[in-house]
Amino acid sequence: MADGGSPGALRKPLVSVRGLKMHFPIYAGILRRKVGAVKAVDGVSFDILEGETLGLVGESGCGKSTVGRALLRLYEPTAGQVVIGGEDIASLPPDALRRKRPMMQMVFQDPQASLNPRMTVAAIIGEPLDEHTDWDEDKKTARVYELMDQVGLNRRFANRYPHEFSGGQRQRIGIARALALNPRFIVCDEPIAALDVSIQAQVVNLLEDLQDRLGLTYLFISHDLSMVRHIADRVAVMYLGQIAELSPREALYARPLHPYARALLSAVPEADPTLEATRQRIILKGDVPSPANPPKGCNFCTRCPQVMAVCRDVEPELAEVEPGRFVACHLMAMDTAGGHASPGAEVREHNQQGEVK
Amino acid sequence: MLTFTLRRLLTAIPTLLLISLVIFLLVDLAPGSPLSDVPLTVPPDVRQKMLEAMGADQPVMVRYFLWLKQFFWIEPLYGIDALLGTDFAQGAQRIISWQSKVPVFQIIGERLPQTLTVVGTAYLIGVLIALPIGIYSAYRQYSWFDQAGTFFAMAGFSVPTFFTGNLLILIFAVNLGWFPTIYDTNLEVVDWASFTKMLAQMALPVTVLALFNAAEISRYTRSSVLENLGQDYVRTARAKGMGEQKVVLKHVLRNSLIPVVTVVALGLPTVFGGAIVTEQIFKINGIGAALIGAINVSDLPTVQTVTFIFAVLIVMFNLIADILYGILDPRIRYD
Repeated sequence: MADGGSPGALRKPLVSVRGLKMHFPIYAGILRRKVGAVKAVDGVSFDILEGETLGLVGESGCGKSTVGRALLRLYEPTAGQVVIGGEDIASLPPDALRRKRPMMQMVFQDPQASLNPRMTVAAIIGEPLDEHTDWDEDKKTARVYELMDQVGLNRRFANRYPHEFSGGQRQRIGIARALALNPRFIVCDEPIAALDVSIQAQVVNLLEDLQDRLGLTYLFISHDLSMVRHIADRVAVMYLGQIAELSPREALYARPLHPYARALLSAVPEADPTLEATRQRIILKGDVPSPANPPKGCNFCTRCPQVMAVCRDVEPELAEVEPGRFVACHLMAMDTAGGHASPGAEVREHNQQGEVK
Repeated sequence: MLTFTLRRLLTAIPTLLLISLVIFLLVDLAPGSPLSDVPLTVPPDVRQKMLEAMGADQPVMVRYFLWLKQFFWIEPLYGIDALLGTDFAQGAQRIISWQSKVPVFQIIGERLPQTLTVVGTAYLIGVLIALPIGIYSAYRQYSWFDQAGTFFAMAGFSVPTFFTGNLLILIFAVNLGWFPTIYDTNLEVVDWASFTKMLAQMALPVTVLALFNAAEISRYTRSSVLENLGQDYVRTARAKGMGEQKVVLKHVLRNSLIPVVTVVALGLPTVFGGAIVTEQIFKINGIGAALIGAINVSDLPTVQTVTFIFAVLIVMFNLIADILYGILDPRIRYD
């Protein structure tokens, strides 16, 4: 019952994003006047419930990482609201924001570059404690050791430098650093993309383990669809700076509703060779339009296999088409109005399954 | 680190020997004679005697090895004698300037303080100006401050010192009369009045040289800080909730200064080498002026010794820069 469905009634959202926009200005010409903006994130809204993992997937350049960074205000968002734990992060003054940082942390993609090469592991993990607590040295050292134990790093490594570690170990340092101040919300920005496959599983299991023990809430950004299926409770699919579909994991992977989500998920290889032989890939034609100049209407209308006239004019809203499933597509509106062809039949069919379950 | 240093010092020996030979041959083969400023009325046999007295009639290899012996053995002995009051040298032949018939090291001892005061101060001031400009330019990239800094660096770098020097003299010494045009080497700082006079006469040459040094170093600092500001670990530091000041001064600056320290260390030999052009313009009796004077009259021992000391300094500061790099950057290990 608690799985998938509509957990909103049971748990309250820890993170609540409304209309988040992140536009990067483009300057050109002799006078370097502003001539436009790259709309990396263009009106994104979602909730993340307490203790939940929200997966954020999409192809390269669709704005996943920008969402993650804007959420923690590592970028100044152009517009929108990001309420984390009851306070709007997007509008906090700098000092209040800094005091808020212990609550929300980030695990970065590149564990090599995101650690200061001139600081020892103990200094890297302990620096947040220097900044945000008034503990004495002993207590800080004890906490650093505790964190190193938690992420499975040998305490003897405390005085080594980041370059002396392997990729997986460095990511553990990054995780320990993020955990130092007992955050409630962690943005994992492709934490496994830079690691080789054998280490990926270790790190993901570590993240899951920590979530169970510490009750963490994750936003897990990745382009690895299988890994997201493994770790996330709900998954948001992004395309060109907007959310195309946001659904519970099982429902999304079993039956994606948005045409883009369908195309994206059809790219996941199947482990079973008999199923793999029958897997039908939806190959999208053409390229992703430039985020500086997105198409009028639906962002996906230039490549959508089921594009309609209305798609080129009217931008679809992200709407709840089934309990817990949000889709931004005109096809859905058609289906609820009744009368369209095959996808509608599928929807109803699944609805019944959902109710039975 | 120690083995690295020792190895580098050992490899420096053949390098320096080769450099000394090349300099010696270059100076010796250059046209001109040590007697070129002796009047033509002096009869040939007297000229021959003068050459013999200076040892200039010997074959070039003999003179070279004699110089090597004097430089590496006899002069250090005199140095020890001067320091400890002993008498190891026992009156052995020193390196004598053909021009002034005075030991070359004595000339260097007289000239070096002027050079170090002026050029050293200029270098120090240049570094002190360049660092804040470079850091703030990078932090506010493309701001008006950065643009102004870029212009300043461009101007400082591309306008030669013989132009800025004369321009400053024209404006501040001739027209405004605030500072003297000539640097008085005999001025001794004994009281407040002489101290202000010293400051006044140092102002122009120091400004000229500091502008030039600051231009170069500020560009290095800016690009280095810029490179580090974009690094992921800076974002990590911000995500930790560090204050901006701490992010820039602790995380960015410490990493950015590694290449800057190297550039500054490599530039230090030029302080000892003096600024030949600037010393000429302001009539500062420094090392650079001594070198130019010696070149003009083919004073081989002086040119040879002074140039060789520059070579030693350059090799030494290269080594120091490398060692500093190893100390500042934990990723670099020389063992």
